[in-house]
Amino acid sequence: MQKQLLTVEDLTVEYWTRRGKVRAVDSVSFSLGKAETLGVVGESGSGKSTLGLSLIRLVPPPGRIVKGHVWLEGKDLLELRESEMRNVRGRKIAFIFQDPMTSLNPVKKVGAHFVELIRTHEPKISEEEALKRAEKLLNDVGIQPERINDYPHQLSGGMRQRVMIALAITLNPYIVVADEPTTALDVIVQAKILDLLKDVQNAYAMTLILITHDLSIALERCDKILVMYAGHMVEHANIKDIYNNPQHPYTRGLLRSIPNIELAEQKLEAIQGSPPDFLNLPKGCRFWPRCSNAMEKCRETEPQLIETEPNHFVRCFLYGDGKK
Amino acid sequence: MDKLGIRRSMLSRIMPAIGSLTKRGLAGWLVIFGAVIVASIIIMTLIAPWVSPYDPSTGGINTGAPLTPPNSQFPFGTNDLGQDMLSRVISGGGIMLQVALLSVIICLIVGVPLGLFSSYIGGMLDRTICLVMDSVYAFPGLILAIAIAAMLGRGVTNMALSIAVVYVPSYFRVIRSQVLSIKEMPYVEAAQSVGAKSRTILFDYILPNVVPSIVVVATVNFADAILTAAGLTFIGLGVEVDIPDWGWDLTNGRRLLPSGVWWVITFPGIFIILLALGFTLMGEGLSELLNPKLGE
Amino acid sequence: MTLRSYIISRILLTIPMIFILLTMVFVIVRVLPGDPVLLHFEKMENPEAIEKMRQRLGLDKPIWIQYFDYLSGLLRGDLGKSMQDFSSVAEQIFSAFPATLELAIFSMVIAVSLGIFLGVEASKSYNKPKDHAIRVFGIVTYAIPVFFLGMIFQIIFGVGLRWLPVGGRTYPTMEPVGLTIPLAPPQGGFLTHLLLSCIAGLVPFTLCLAALKKKGKKITRKILGILILIFSATWVLWTLIGWHYISMGELRIATGLYTVDSLLEGNLYKFAEALRYLFLPSLTLGLVLSGVFIRLTRSNMFETLRLDFVTAAKARGLKETTVTYGYAFRNAFLPILTMMGLQFATLLAGAILTETTFSWPGLGRYIVDRINFRDYTAIQGAVVFFGILVSLVSLAVDLLYAYLDPRIRL
Repeated sequence: MQKQLLTVEDLTVEYWTRRGKVRAVDSVSFSLGKAETLGVVGESGSGKSTLGLSLIRLVPPPGRIVKGHVWLEGKDLLELRESEMRNVRGRKIAFIFQDPMTSLNPVKKVGAHFVELIRTHEPKISEEEALKRAEKLLNDVGIQPERINDYPHQLSGGMRQRVMIALAITLNPYIVVADEPTTALDVIVQAKILDLLKDVQNAYAMTLILITHDLSIALERCDKILVMYAGHMVEHANIKDIYNNPQHPYTRGLLRSIPNIELAEQKLEAIQGSPPDFLNLPKGCRFWPRCSNAMEKCRETEPQLIETEPNHFVRCFLYGDGKK
Repeated sequence: MDKLGIRRSMLSRIMPAIGSLTKRGLAGWLVIFGAVIVASIIIMTLIAPWVSPYDPSTGGINTGAPLTPPNSQFPFGTNDLGQDMLSRVISGGGIMLQVALLSVIICLIVGVPLGLFSSYIGGMLDRTICLVMDSVYAFPGLILAIAIAAMLGRGVTNMALSIAVVYVPSYFRVIRSQVLSIKEMPYVEAAQSVGAKSRTILFDYILPNVVPSIVVVATVNFADAILTAAGLTFIGLGVEVDIPDWGWDLTNGRRLLPSGVWWVITFPGIFIILLALGFTLMGEGLSELLNPKLGE
Repeated sequence: MTLRSYIISRILLTIPMIFILLTMVFVIVRVLPGDPVLLHFEKMENPEAIEKMRQRLGLDKPIWIQYFDYLSGLLRGDLGKSMQDFSSVAEQIFSAFPATLELAIFSMVIAVSLGIFLGVEASKSYNKPKDHAIRVFGIVTYAIPVFFLGMIFQIIFGVGLRWLPVGGRTYPTMEPVGLTIPLAPPQGGFLTHLLLSCIAGLVPFTLCLAALKKKGKKITRKILGILILIFSATWVLWTLIGWHYISMGELRIATGLYTVDSLLEGNLYKFAEALRYLFLPSLTLGLVLSGVFIRLTRSNMFETLRLDFVTAAKARGLKETTVTYGYAFRNAFLPILTMMGLQFATLLAGAILTETTFSWPGLGRYIVDRINFRDYTAIQGAVVFFGILVSLVSLAVDLLYAYLDPRIRL
């Protein structure tokens, strides 16, 4: 097995709110190699954004990472000092936020963002050099270099997201985490942005973690998929296996609900029920209230993660107890 | 009427209300804490005639040797007239509470209807009243109160009046902003469309929704009134010398400071702070409960 | 709404407000008590003296004429005559004002710095003990009567520790006199003076214009613009009026602010003394005022720090201080400026009490003295002065805010 670039082990994140502790991410584990793409798929509130933020330790309070390890280059990121972590952010792992309207500083010009970024991590670089690099990066993402002197509000949503992508790749990071990079954009721009991400990824041999609620996007663009439900990792496998052999009832439900343009008469299938309240999680398997295959056992105990085929993990009693 | 029954039913409604306050987190506790402070001081003032060890008014002059520091006989010491400071402190809150209460009542009687009608009716009248209110609001409060109190003279009513004049614009603004937003609500429109009388709309629809904000402003009004009353007394616009009053103790005690006599001002001052703090805490808590700002 | 229309409408709004204010004061002082002169002489003195005072103060005329006189007098800058000695109230006010101004400036500085510092700290540790402690501090300082706090400080620092003085503005004989520049009229008289000052002024003026042309941040350019405005105004004034001082042989620059004047004079001892006396009063007033700024900064910073671009900045690995002060603070700054303007009124009110406590010879103490003396015309003049001052300051702050806030000019 080739050495993995990023290994996440048993990562657990809780929000300590006044009304109780909310486990937004519960024992998630996966590993990624170089230039691979992981799709993290789940509904709103499934914990996928928290998962992404926890990789760079920017979970907003009252959230805390309570357990787990994030191995990168042999070091556990969760053990690093804050100053060392700052070194990782932007340089080794870059993050692209969901809403490009609010992710850029409104009082700073586009170019200034790049200069600040470059000079924070590489202080020896002069302002002119940094600006030159910025121009080239803007060019790579398809923006005219003159835009370097514009303010964020002078660009469209799609362009702002491109700027975010350019900022993300500025320092050639190993990993880019993109949290719903296209949700705030319209459909046509969506495709272009995703294509851009792919191009950039190929050009720089970067690992990409794509967080999205849209399984079809993940299926199109990723090598592996991690399905999240209510904080739990319910299924994790590579693309082919997920598509041909979806095992968890939730995954199956998601696949069924993707409209297929070729079936004209198709009735849209939704998964019955609604996402759980984190303060009032059902006993046993968190999905059982919405599961058509629910058994007695499911209401009582939480299923453990089982490897049903090589590199295909599932958390469901349909496939055994998980006790080896 | 069954008096016991009424008391019991009131209690049975108040207890759950208080109980629910504890569940509302920090804000609820603030309200409770503040209310407890205020209630204790009010009770203390009310039972003062029976509880104070010595006579705090002019009758009690020379109860003890003048200017004795706190000791076992006089825990708060004595002032320059030989009066026991502890007794004076226990009885001293009366004036301030009266002034505060009176000013709030005046504000409610004047400010609430003014705010309601002016913003509901709108038009030129509303604009004029608004302008006047803004002008008064922009004026430094204490200065205006001083001016009015100086012209009217001493006394509880005059102090209350001057504070009320300064505060009415605050009530007006708060009510106005609420009324304006509620006026646009669909359910008000619906009521109007079925021909409900303006009076009904005002009193049944708008007023109940405005009450929480009024309560918040009133508590802040109380706190400010206490501080302003103390300030007015300090300047010499307070009440007649006879009645024990914390503000007066501060004014009087000031002369004694250079000789190192610290106890005459300290204890009354602490109680003023407590009273003002009590109301402020209640105001903070209520404000957060009614308009939660920094949620999770 | 464009900047220009905003400025115009804002100025237009001030006029009726001041008018209402003036009328209010008139009603309070002249109409409310019935007869202010009678009130002044509590016991019935001889009717002759009463009538004489009425005549001298113009209080024997019918109310409408009094009102008209009052307003027209104000336009001329006449704030009435004191009941004590019939001297000009305006003169007394203007001589007492610098002391209050100095107190106000230092107190505001303390209040804002303390408020911002604590507010930022509180917002960073949201809901943790430090945050709660700071919030409690803010609430408690507001509940303390300012004169009580002043007296406590006097006890501790003045009487107890004997570190600081408890009253007055400076050590007697240590009053600063400001800067006296001897001037010699140049040969050629007025015309040479004009020429010289034009040349002298042009140099810095062109420098500033050149600095403007350079690409700079919008806010620095705006501040530069304001500075240029101030400089040009001073330059013009000097060119036109300076001759008066030159022909007199000396120019005396004295602001009335002891700290500034002592520096102008170059006397550091006087400066130190002035600061020593200034310290407790401004600390007292500043402390009580800081609560508002703590709360404002805290909530502003909290909101700004939660915004996406702040998290995005952190995600790029930027340092905590850069993010806090560079990003979040810039956006929180403008509301603080507005609040400073709003709090000016409260500041003046608090100054009255503080000045009384510390025997600070400012406008506040003047009003209290006049109250004790029952000098109602003086009280009226002082209150009017306060009112107009507050209106003008809030106008200035609003305009400044509109100028600096990019969002208003759309």
